[in-house]
Amino acid sequence: MVTKTMLSAAELTRILDVVVDPDIPVMTIAEIGILRDVSVTENGAVTVGITPTYSGCPALAVMEEDIVAALAGAGVEDVTVEVRHTPVWTTEWLTDEAKRKLVGFGIAPPDSVLAVVPEVLCPQCSSSGTAKISEFGSTACKSLWVCTTCLEPFDYFKAI
Amino acid sequence: MTVATTTNTLVGLLVRHADDNTILCQRLGEYVSGAPELEEDLAVANVALDHVGVAMHLYEYAAELDGGEASMDNYAMLRSEREFTNALLVEQPNVDFAHVVARGFFFDVYQTLLWAQLSASTDERLAGIAARAFKEATYHLRHSRAWMLRLGDGTAESHRRVQAAVDAVWRFTGELFVAVDADSELVAEGIGADVAALKPEFDRIVDATLEEATLVRPSDPYQATGGRSGMHTEHLGHLLAEMQWMQRTYPGATW
Repeated sequence: MVTKTMLSAAELTRILDVVVDPDIPVMTIAEIGILRDVSVTENGAVTVGITPTYSGCPALAVMEEDIVAALAGAGVEDVTVEVRHTPVWTTEWLTDEAKRKLVGFGIAPPDSVLAVVPEVLCPQCSSSGTAKISEFGSTACKSLWVCTTCLEPFDYFKAI
Repeated sequence: MTVATTTNTLVGLLVRHADDNTILCQRLGEYVSGAPELEEDLAVANVALDHVGVAMHLYEYAAELDGGEASMDNYAMLRSEREFTNALLVEQPNVDFAHVVARGFFFDVYQTLLWAQLSASTDERLAGIAARAFKEATYHLRHSRAWMLRLGDGTAESHRRVQAAVDAVWRFTGELFVAVDADSELVAEGIGADVAALKPEFDRIVDATLEEATLVRPSDPYQATGGRSGMHTEHLGHLLAEMQWMQRTYPGATW
């Protein structure tokens, strides 16, 4: 009989820091706000609560697999990933760290959802002279913009 | 009302809304690469992705309630034409960009109102799915409305085409607001949406947009119905033949 040391919810959450958004691999699922809760029962059964960002985001299934794999790598086998539909995900949940990482990755971070006209700074030259090309971009979460100063096209992580 | 009846009718409601999104997603999928500019191909694909995502969450919930063989794949891929309860509007063919825009616009207005109401559903899971779908429907409508204005108040050719599209699909909009008898208990319990009550706001938004776009609402009062009870136009069978071909030819195929 193998006796394993039980990991706490906090330790399990730290292990999940290796799980990133497959489309934007600089942000962890905790930083985006996808990871909602981690709990562990007395007999070691782990439940991970996640929330979808956009209804059809295909990355969610990949992240579910990555969560199970990351915990299995730490010897945790009894894992259930539950999808939480409420409360509904919002870009307000992105951490400041996530927003800094987005800029470094060449994506303009979301402005406040309350902004009627979002302030979108060019992630390359920080100019505020930017214009929307299309409301829809390479993934559900982004729209296509261009900088009128340095002329670089870029993605804006839509505020929603 | 018994728990079993509530479950049955809730499955019906979830599948019906999911069917709308599935069929429109398939139509939009057909159109990708046919839009007049690359950005619009991306837009069509993005909107289609949102629609199928909502459908998957609704089917998944329905399958859990339904039990047995039910699954989101089986709902979408192994039901026949008569078993689909989508509205006739979403199965109408793409024809041209103006038709895609007009069909989408009417549907987007309907869905923003529908999801807003279902966000307050007393069924927490449905309310969550609806609240996320509402955010998406809001930008779908912003996009389709902008194109209604641009085409309607554009060139003589774009005006002619989008007016023809409005004339062709308008007769399929009334059905969206016809209450389904089986829903009455769910509506009374605050689970389902009272779709008939959404019509005045739909008319207000549509009329304001058509006027600004220099378009006119067809005067013919005829409205086709039947989709909600599985009586479809001739287009759905052809759509399903293409959509379901793989799963029916290779049952249970995985990769």
